[in-house]
Amino acid sequence: MRWATRAGVHIDRAACAWLIRRHIDPAAEFVFLEDWSDPTALPPDLVLFDVPGVGFGHRGEDCTFETLLRVHELHDPVLWRIAEIVHVADLDDDAFDAPEAPGMDAVVRGLSMSGTDEQTLAVTDAVFDGLHAYHRQRLLRGHEPA
Amino acid sequence: MGVASFGDGVVGLPADARTREELEWIAADVVAAGGRAGVWLARALTAEHEQQLLAEMAAARAAEYDSLTVAAHEAAELAEEDRTRELRRVRRELRAVTRRDFTSPPQRDDAERAVAELGRSAGGTLPVTQTGTGSTSRA
Repeated sequence: MRWATRAGVHIDRAACAWLIRRHIDPAAEFVFLEDWSDPTALPPDLVLFDVPGVGFGHRGEDCTFETLLRVHELHDPVLWRIAEIVHVADLDDDAFDAPEAPGMDAVVRGLSMSGTDEQTLAVTDAVFDGLHAYHRQRLLRGHEPA
Repeated sequence: MGVASFGDGVVGLPADARTREELEWIAADVVAAGGRAGVWLARALTAEHEQQLLAEMAAARAAEYDSLTVAAHEAAELAEEDRTRELRRVRRELRAVTRRDFTSPPQRDDAERAVAELGRSAGGTLPVTQTGTGSTSRA
């Protein structure tokens, strides 16, 4: 499927792209929109995410990453731990204890200033893979991995 | 968010990617709830009006920075445990105020200095892990 989001990706969109590729649609292609002011003018095959007002977005208290987890019924607790980090980094609302959040937010904001969206996702895919491995080990062992 | 209020139901923020996104999500929430909302890009017709709005925003942030400076100074007098807890709180609050600050008033420097001083004073009281004794040789 062709998934589309706003250009200049930040933490929620980067996390969603990783989630889509790893857990929802391994063959996903991503399109980055410079202009999303008229969604009806966009190609109809695009699946929109993290675009205000259309497609998969913030719902209630949830950021888009959490919305995708709920819609696709992904119950993996490691993904929900990552969701807490993404939520706090994106919404800055202290809803969860996520000390990783400010650092993740700064790194992804910096990437969006220094490279293209494709380059940002190449880095953030690897970062989220690492974060997933870390929190998976943490959950399995019941303590912080060395 | 640090908005300037223009009147009933109308608020503004300096336009950048983050502020625009925040307002777009709020507008989408309002529309999803059956209300009416939209985000507009606007420009003041006179520099004077723009300066006045910025001055109001700066004054609001300056008051928040002043409160943090006072809180940091007061926390320095607390016992160790309470001081460490208060340090975490003022650091978190300072980050939040800084994120909604678009004008960097001079009070920001005072608050950052006061919180940094509190951090040094709290850091000096943290327990030190002892890895050896004076009588043990590290051969």
